[in-house]
Amino acid sequence: MNKDIIQDNTHEIKDYQAKLESRHRRGKAWQIVFRASTFTGIIALVILLLNIINSAFGYVAIQDAIPPEDLAVNGIPIESLHEIDLVGILEEHLSAGLIRRLESETPWEERSRDEILTLVITRVVEPTVEDTWSLFDSIFNKDKVLREQQEKFPESRLEFKSWLSADFLVTPQSPEPEFAGVRTAILGSLWTIAITLLFSFPLGVGAAIYLEEYATDTPLNRLIQTNINNLAGVPSIIYGMLGLAVFVRILEPLTSGAIFGAVDPTTANGRTVISAGLTLGLLVLPMIIINAQEAIKAVPNSLRQASYGMGATRWQTVWHHVLPNALPGILTGAILALSRAIGETAPLVVVGASTYITFDPSSPFSKFTTLPIQIWQWTARPQDEFRNIAAAAIIVLLVLLLTLNATAILLRNRYSTRD
Amino acid sequence: MAENPNITTMPAAEGLQAGSPAEQIDLTRKPRLGETIIQALLFISGAISILTTVFIVYELGKESLTFFTEQNWEQTNRALGNDIDDLDSEIPIGETGFTLREGDWIRIEEEVIQITSMSETFMVVERGAQDTIPENHPRGAEIFRSSNVTIREFFTGTKWNPQIGQFGIWPLLNATLMVAFLAMLVSLPLGLSIAIYLSEYASTRARNIIKPILEVLSGIPTVVYGYFALTFMTPLLKLIFGNSVVEIYNVASAGIVVGILIIPLVSSMSEDALSAVPRSLREAAYGLGSTKLETAIKVVVPAATSGIVAAFIVAISRAIGETMVVALAAGAGPNFTFNPFRPAETMTGHIVRISGGDLSYDSIDYNSIFAIGLFLFFITLTLNVISQRVVRRFREVYE
Repeated sequence: MNKDIIQDNTHEIKDYQAKLESRHRRGKAWQIVFRASTFTGIIALVILLLNIINSAFGYVAIQDAIPPEDLAVNGIPIESLHEIDLVGILEEHLSAGLIRRLESETPWEERSRDEILTLVITRVVEPTVEDTWSLFDSIFNKDKVLREQQEKFPESRLEFKSWLSADFLVTPQSPEPEFAGVRTAILGSLWTIAITLLFSFPLGVGAAIYLEEYATDTPLNRLIQTNINNLAGVPSIIYGMLGLAVFVRILEPLTSGAIFGAVDPTTANGRTVISAGLTLGLLVLPMIIINAQEAIKAVPNSLRQASYGMGATRWQTVWHHVLPNALPGILTGAILALSRAIGETAPLVVVGASTYITFDPSSPFSKFTTLPIQIWQWTARPQDEFRNIAAAAIIVLLVLLLTLNATAILLRNRYSTRD
Repeated sequence: MAENPNITTMPAAEGLQAGSPAEQIDLTRKPRLGETIIQALLFISGAISILTTVFIVYELGKESLTFFTEQNWEQTNRALGNDIDDLDSEIPIGETGFTLREGDWIRIEEEVIQITSMSETFMVVERGAQDTIPENHPRGAEIFRSSNVTIREFFTGTKWNPQIGQFGIWPLLNATLMVAFLAMLVSLPLGLSIAIYLSEYASTRARNIIKPILEVLSGIPTVVYGYFALTFMTPLLKLIFGNSVVEIYNVASAGIVVGILIIPLVSSMSEDALSAVPRSLREAAYGLGSTKLETAIKVVVPAATSGIVAAFIVAISRAIGETMVVALAAGAGPNFTFNPFRPAETMTGHIVRISGGDLSYDSIDYNSIFAIGLFLFFITLTLNVISQRVVRRFREVYE
């Protein structure tokens, strides 16, 4: 009898140990799966970034209509020629009609030497990009690049081009990808964001103060809170349609600047910077409110009690004690909301961003385009060169976002050490 | 004094200086105008959000209503085959142009006519419909067709082309659902695995590195993901499945990239839910001899189900509302297909394409995108409300 029990036990223990091993094996296997998933997420980010950098730099085959060496006067290269000689080159190579038009725009005497040189290069030398190669090919497959260039465009010269350059940042849009830049788009983004901030920051913080400090538990206040939470989940394109119907169409006299007498001659409707800014303002409002509420909630109650104890009114308590303590949190939230607004594309397409403008926005009633809109339009084109400048524009956008987020993190770290 | 008898009759107060009437401080609450104004302003700030919702529903609703009720007359490229007088009930017609069907309303000059039956070259009609007067019409008069949209057609039709009177939402909805499904296929397993890894396995150091990376991923603008889909994912799919199978614009590429885009959303919401499960539950599981995996899968995940399910629902809603990736990578033009390697336009993609062009107010295109927008708004709103309900109803409360 006794023996039987012992035997049974050993059997069970063996069974248990065998199972234990398989359980541990399964544990190990799944741990690898979990790790691999996390790794995949990181890899996705890395590929995303590499893919952009890959397109933003690389070899290009450039074909000049007239090689710049042929334009040299008395052996002096065009880069160091005098204005008069440059004008001479222009007059020699361009049609008389075009010269007259250029001169009637701005007389030669009023143009700087650099401007005239740019004209010579764009109009006379006329470099066109025939083919482009990715950064990866340019570094690791240089032989292939050389071979392809020799085969397809033997006349052209091979140049390593960084599509992202100082010129790219300061030149306006152009139909030629080689000369296009993001100046208009950056300014448009900044204008839009400024209006978004002016509109949504005071409103958002006000709403948060109301909900946290004033609101009692009434059905109306509960409705406001639920409503804000739900608005945060509405797709951005719906806000675009709201903007189109309300700001662009109904409030057209206001958003086109007509009632202020400030109508931009180039716009006849409400598809302006201010419509875009207000639309984005509504879009980020729930985000700002929710973040500000969190920040206000985190202010210890003892501070409020102490303030009331000293005889302060409610607003005095909020203004002098709650807000200063919640400010870092509120600002961090606002900056994060802004970086969301900067990257938004869909609502602005619906509101009516311009597809092609070359002049800077000068007032809230100007037509506009923004960086993401520009990226979208360039990406949607089939030609490779537009993909290259889209990649360069993406880098500009990401750097802008990174700066904003870094500011937010700095703010958070700087003030969070206090308590 | 008489107003405040309590103070004077209190025996203890008699001996105190403060009891003298001249130095009495009035402690009753005074109305403060400034405070009231401030409170009113703050309330208005809060109420703006309600106003936003009201405006969304009102504006989308108003335009959609126009879409569903207004009779739009569109050219059919058909003309009268012969002169007709006001008594003819059989009308000869030209052979080109769109198909007219039984029951269609047509308009010739000022007269509205309903078709009762239809053959190749003529139709039998009821004259003078909708309070118009039967008239003589010359040969060659153009026939206009009414593109009155019924809600039934909107929800059951499988062709979308407002310009020629086809108003079935299915091609757009089908593409939207396919993108959302593919996105879920990518983001649910990956997102949940990442959440489990971060909350159950990762060391503090690993977590401090991985979480910011995921935050960066979620902070990248969607148009950049669109670029990624078009310039990386599509060529990759072409490489794997063959150039002839995968088209340049396709649903699969957009769906997978939308999936990558919402991984951070799924993982961070799920991780919040997992971390909220108290330590004691895990320790109890370990105490009973569970391995780490068993603790995670059989104890922690079930305890956090409500939060995880909520994360999934929010992710679906986000995938349905995602715009720029599909606008760039999924292709233009509604297409009713179940093949993920073919182009098909989603609801959001369609809205962007239509409104990106020259859009004139009150055109059929203008009204139709508002109808789509309203539908989209209700889908996402419903999903969000469900997700909030799930969190509230099925939440396990731990002390």
